[in-house]
Order: sequence, then C-alpha cells, then structure tokens
Amino acid sequence: MIKKASEINETTPWQEMTLGGEIYEGGTSALFNTGDWRTMIPVYHPENCKHCMLCVPYCPDSSIPVVEGKREDFDFMHCKGCGICAKVCPFKAISLEKVGA
Amino acid sequence: MAYSLKQQVSKPERFAGGHRLCAGCGAGLAVRGVLRALKPEDKAVITNATSCLEVSSYLYPYTAWQDSYIHSAFENAGATAGGVEAAYRVLKKKGKINDTFKFIAFGGDGGTYDIGLQSLSGAMERGHDMVYVCYDNEAYMNTGIQRSSSTPRFTDATTTPVGKVIPGKPQNKKDLTAILAAHNIPYVAQTTFIGNFKDFHEKAEKALYTEGPAFLNVMSPCPRGWRYEAEDLAEICKLAVDTCVWPLFEVESGVWKLNYEPKKKLPVEDYLKKQGRFKHMFKAGNEWMIEEAQQFVDEKWESLLARCK
Amino acid sequence: MARKDRMSGNEAVAFAMKQINPDVMGAFPITPSTEIPQYFSTYVANGEVDTEFVAVESEHSAMSTCMAAQAAGGRAITATSSAGMALMWEMLYVTSSARLPVTMALVNRALTGPININNDHSDSMGARDSGWIQLYAETNQEAYDNFVQAMPIGENKEVRLPVMVCQDGFITSHAVENIELLEDETVKKFVGEYEPEHYLLKKENPLAVGPYDISNYYMEHKKQQAEAMKHAKPVILEVARRFEEISGRSYGFFEAFEMEDAEVALVLIGSSAGTAKETVKQLRREGKKVGLVKVRVFRPFPMEELAEALKVVKAVAVMDKAESFSACGGPLFAEVRSALYDLENRPKAINYVYGLGGRDICVEDFAMIYDQLFEIGRTGVAGEIYRHFGQREQEV
Repeated sequence: MIKKASEINETTPWQEMTLGGEIYEGGTSALFNTGDWRTMIPVYHPENCKHCMLCVPYCPDSSIPVVEGKREDFDFMHCKGCGICAKVCPFKAISLEKVGA
Repeated sequence: MAYSLKQQVSKPERFAGGHRLCAGCGAGLAVRGVLRALKPEDKAVITNATSCLEVSSYLYPYTAWQDSYIHSAFENAGATAGGVEAAYRVLKKKGKINDTFKFIAFGGDGGTYDIGLQSLSGAMERGHDMVYVCYDNEAYMNTGIQRSSSTPRFTDATTTPVGKVIPGKPQNKKDLTAILAAHNIPYVAQTTFIGNFKDFHEKAEKALYTEGPAFLNVMSPCPRGWRYEAEDLAEICKLAVDTCVWPLFEVESGVWKLNYEPKKKLPVEDYLKKQGRFKHMFKAGNEWMIEEAQQFVDEKWESLLARCK
Repeated sequence: MARKDRMSGNEAVAFAMKQINPDVMGAFPITPSTEIPQYFSTYVANGEVDTEFVAVESEHSAMSTCMAAQAAGGRAITATSSAGMALMWEMLYVTSSARLPVTMALVNRALTGPININNDHSDSMGARDSGWIQLYAETNQEAYDNFVQAMPIGENKEVRLPVMVCQDGFITSHAVENIELLEDETVKKFVGEYEPEHYLLKKENPLAVGPYDISNYYMEHKKQQAEAMKHAKPVILEVARRFEEISGRSYGFFEAFEMEDAEVALVLIGSSAGTAKETVKQLRREGKKVGLVKVRVFRPFPMEELAEALKVVKAVAVMDKAESFSACGGPLFAEVRSALYDLENRPKAINYVYGLGGRDICVEDFAMIYDQLFEIGRTGVAGEIYRHFGQREQEV
C-alpha cells in the first residue's frame, strides 16, 4: 500500500490506496498549487516593510512566511491573491496588482 | 505573558497552504488564529463538522492540517471531539500514550447553530476537555448561501431571497454565544479578526488552556456570501464591532466581561451598506428595515452591557 | 474453566463487555437494549472496568463517540435497538467506510411505526448494506459467544470493519437462561489488545480521517470495503475455530440442523430457530425428512455455502422477520433465493414474512409450513411465493 500523499494520484489502483481515505502525514495540501487561482497578485515592497507582522495572521492561505522575526516574500504557490494583506498593511509595503499586468 | 504578534507568528504554521477555501475566506483566519494559540510542544486532534472548511481542508489525499484530524459528519462535531477526548483519557490512564493533546472542533454556523446544536450542547454538558470553535459566516455557504439560524434579519440568502412580498430573512439572528454561556461551562467567548489579533489570540489561548469545555464564536466573513470585495475583510470585521453588531465579550466561570467598547458606536448602516446581501435595505421605502435592524442591535447591546456590569 | 450461570441475553452481553474491558462506551437508552449500558455503567461505577462511559444525548452521538474513540486508538462499543439504530444510520456508514471496527450490541426490535417495542429484524435488516458485519444469535449463550468473537473478527488487519452482534429483543435479551461463561482471563487473552497501525493519538505521525473523497478516489475506497467484507469470511471461520478451542462450542456461517437427508427446509434467523428445531424434532419422529438452516452471519452473506447446504432439498421456505416492501419478498429471501440460482437442480423457494412487531410463531405453525413445502416438493408448484404469516385474514 502507498503511504505518502505525494505518491497517490488519479492513476493509483485501489489495492495501493490508503484504507478509508486515511492520510498518515500532516500538511499534504502544500503539494497542491492554488497559486493559479489568482487574478490579482500582492507585490511585496521590502523597502517599506517594518516587519510589524500585521499582514501575517490575516492571510487565509498561510502564504506569508516568517523567518527569524521577519516576513519574507509571498508563497506564490498557495497565495490566491485575495488582497486582505495589502489592505491591512499600514506602511504600503504590499500593493495589489492585476496578474500579468 | 504579554501578547506579542511577532512571537506568535514565528511559531511553526499548523495549517498549510494549498487548501481549497475561497480567496479571502474568513475560515482560514479563524483556524490559523486558534492553532497559533497552541503551545508548539502540545499536540492536537482537530474535529471538523462537514462544512466549507472540511471539504476544502481535507480533500483526499491533501490535508491542510499538520495535526491529527477527524471529520465524520455534519451534525456531530461535538460528539466526535468528545469521543476522541474520552479515548485520550482512558489511553492516558492505561499508560498507552504520554503526550499532551488538545481537542479542537471547528464547525460553521450551519453545523453549530442549527444541525449540530444538540451534539454540541451534549458535549459541553458532559464536560469534555475540548474547545468548540464556530466560524460563523451567517449562512450555509458550502451548499450555496442558504439561511441558517445565524443569518441576520433581512439578509438576502438563497432560501430567503428578497421577493415582492418578503424582504429577505424574516427572523433575527440566534444568540448562540449566550446559549453556550447558559451551559455554565468554564469559558465562552465571542471574537473576530480585529487589529493585531490580540483579542482573538487571548481568547483562543484561554479556551485551549482552561480545563473543561470551552466555546469560541468567531465572526468569519464570507466575501462570496456577504457580497463584498475579498480584500475588505478587516474593514468589515472592524465595522461589525464598532456598530456593536458583533460585540467582543467573554464569559469566564459565569462572569460576563465586555472586551471592547467602541469609542463612538457607529450606526448599523455603516456595516450593512458594505455588503451586497443587505443592498435592498437601502432602497427608497425600505428605511424601516434599517431602523428595525438598528433597534435589534441596540437592544442586544444594552442587554449585553447590563450582563457585563 | 468455564462457569455456569443464569442470565438474560442483555446481562450476558454486558458481561462479555466487562470481560473485554473496552476503552470507550458511548450509549443512549432505548428499549430493549437499555439494560446493557445500565449493567455496564454499574461495572464502571464499581471500578470493575477502565472504560470511559460516555452517556450521550442521542444515538447519533453514541455512534459518533464510538467512531471517534476508535479512530483515536481505543476500542469502542455501544448498544442500541430499533429507532435508536435508525438515528445512527448515517454514522453506521461513516464508521464502516472509515474502516473503524466499532462493536455494537444490537437488540433487535421492530423499526417504527407505529411505535412497537417488540422483536423483529427490521432494524438490522435495513442496515444490511451499511458495511457492517452482522452476527445473529438464537440464544443468550450465542449472543455472549458472538460478542466475544466480534472484535477479533472486526479488528483483523485484512478486515477492519465494524461488527453488529444481534439478538432478539425481549425473547433473548430479557429471558433468563442457563449460560456457560468463559473465565475473564480466557476472554482477555482471546480478544487480545487493540493495536491499530495508525490512530489519531499516535506519537510518531498524525492521522487524518474522513476526507472529502472526490469521484477520482471514491470508487477505489468502496472497492476496498467490498474486498474487506470478502476477507471477513475466512476470518470469521478462523475466529470460530479458535473460539471452539476455548469454549467447546462450534460456530460457522450458519447452523445446518438435520439437513443431511432433508427433503424440505426452513431458513431463518434468530430465536425462532428454537421453536423451529422443536418442530423438526417432532416431525422427524413422524419420519418426515425436514431440516433447518439458522443463519448466524448475514454480512458477509455466505452465498456458496448456503447453496451447498440447500442443494439437497426439494423445497425451502425462507422466513423473514422483516418486511422490505419490495412487493416480492423479504431481505433474507432475496439473498437466499439468489444463492440458489447457480444450482443445477435448485429447490423451489417460497418466502414467509412473519413475527413482525413481536407476533408469535409456534411449533404448529412451522409444522404447517413444512407440510406446504412437502406439497410444493410433490407437485413442483410453488404458487404465490411472497407470503405473510400470522396476521388475521378475512375469510374468503
């Protein structure tokens, strides 16, 4: 039986799939690209960022990584471009732009 | 320890990206906010009522949860979380496990105010050591924005459409937080996504680390169902508390406490006019709707103030 | 050493539960199964078991509690009847599809309405397609023995399915009979520890249970469930073989009573077998070659084995203690008749729906049915095959 989510896909035979649809690891959704849902894209302007972190808890997609007390650029594989972060930023460190503009 | 947002967001993330919640969905914020209040060394088992959150966060083989997770049905998140917690108690007693686990159930308003109310009430009454979190987006969003008992009066929902003779939902919103407080459980609170999440975080932490059952009611806006621009979530939440539509309060061991009193209580229309679901209330001739909505908010607010004295 | 006692079926099952000492019981009162959680809560109150007894607010929550406790890594049990089981309905499916071997003591009672608290099999027969293994008992002894065997069957790694241990409401559940109980240690050793490979509270890795399973995966998971039910067949026989070693009592998919040279036979489930056996004995004394098949395992359905047992007879009456309103017969009939289809010389088969809501059936009644079967065997004409027995009729 296959145990890893990364190895289960739409060609997996029933004999190889986990019983009852169980998964034995956490956070496997990270394998899935939701970045291509975006019609708008947040653009990070680090020069304006004070690392106040206000944007971080407002992200529904856990797409603002924090490393050693500083936020980094967006996780664009998962960011859906909702724009909440841009609106809550008090320092104009995030702008929201049209994808492909 | 004083709240520090920087410290809190530096913790390892327990809710992974790649889930299928809509862009800007409040449920994602509610989940992340609650899980952030866990001590990193503590494990958790998450229970989820069938909901937008459930079908989006564990879509085989992709789970967004770093912790153990169980979904069984729509109306039974209370009993399901209670079952896990009961097994934990006995397995710990038998020495089969030695880690500390916390038990958290997430349900939408449909799964909590309506179909899951009995199961929730039972679990709270029996005293399971768990936190039930309702992410309240005021309608059955998963099935297409049908009214629930949490939907506010006059809302244009798909089973209370605004028609020629009926102007949206006829009934007022049920006061679930007060119903849970009446269970005399150790901790009940109402919050939403405000400012730097201090109010939310402190309530989630208290709910998690108070022994016994706890209930959190989190207003979690749904851009699609409420018909506002997704990016405006924080503004909608701020208006909800500043108009006193969604007051922030907690009930700890039976003592009611107001956590936020707006410096200037805003008129309810400031909140309503931002959302397409209330659009018809602003048509000429419908002024009475706004008046009655204001009256309802005022009455609820006054009675809350009286309880919190 | 076994010890003899006198007990009702409810007490016998509760006693088996005590000997097993499961981790969680989630239960809600309903007649006639109520006594089981009552007895059990006394064991809890007296510290005779380690079990967390969760006195839930509904049967839906009872099964939710059990399903979740089992997923968490514990052994979970419940007891219910009739409308109580109907309220669990959704969760029966959820539990079996999540492959969680919860054990249920089901005390069969008519499924409303109008409300009726007496025995028939409409509750469990309705749940026959819910993915649960179903074992049925004729006596309190069999109810006890089946309960002891349930967990080794359901928890087998090739099976991982929940098990319903059924007995007849009041007839078995409340009637006090002699019983031979196994020693506590013998039961404990026989049932063993529950050691799932993955569970929610496991230290090493998290577990996610109960996904949204889209069309690309759902069919594969259902196929797995169907295969598990097939795997259950040899496991049931192997557990019965081990059980015979500790008890001296032998079990299979069904009991074939006087079937070797039988010309006609009845097929039925549960306590009516006692009366039917008495009829068989009387008719045999008169030289009539009658036999009886008492089905113990209805899920998985022992299709080939039943056909093999019935191939000797000319005519068979399948007795259903449940209606299915198919307009052509009860559930046991549908499946037994289908089992006969592949026989070269298949017997004529008729169906009797009987005993609904506790309606009695006695030796004379069975004797009359055997007579009808002889007549069918002689003429080769079955006549109306879907019949009801025991209701008052307008005289023609």
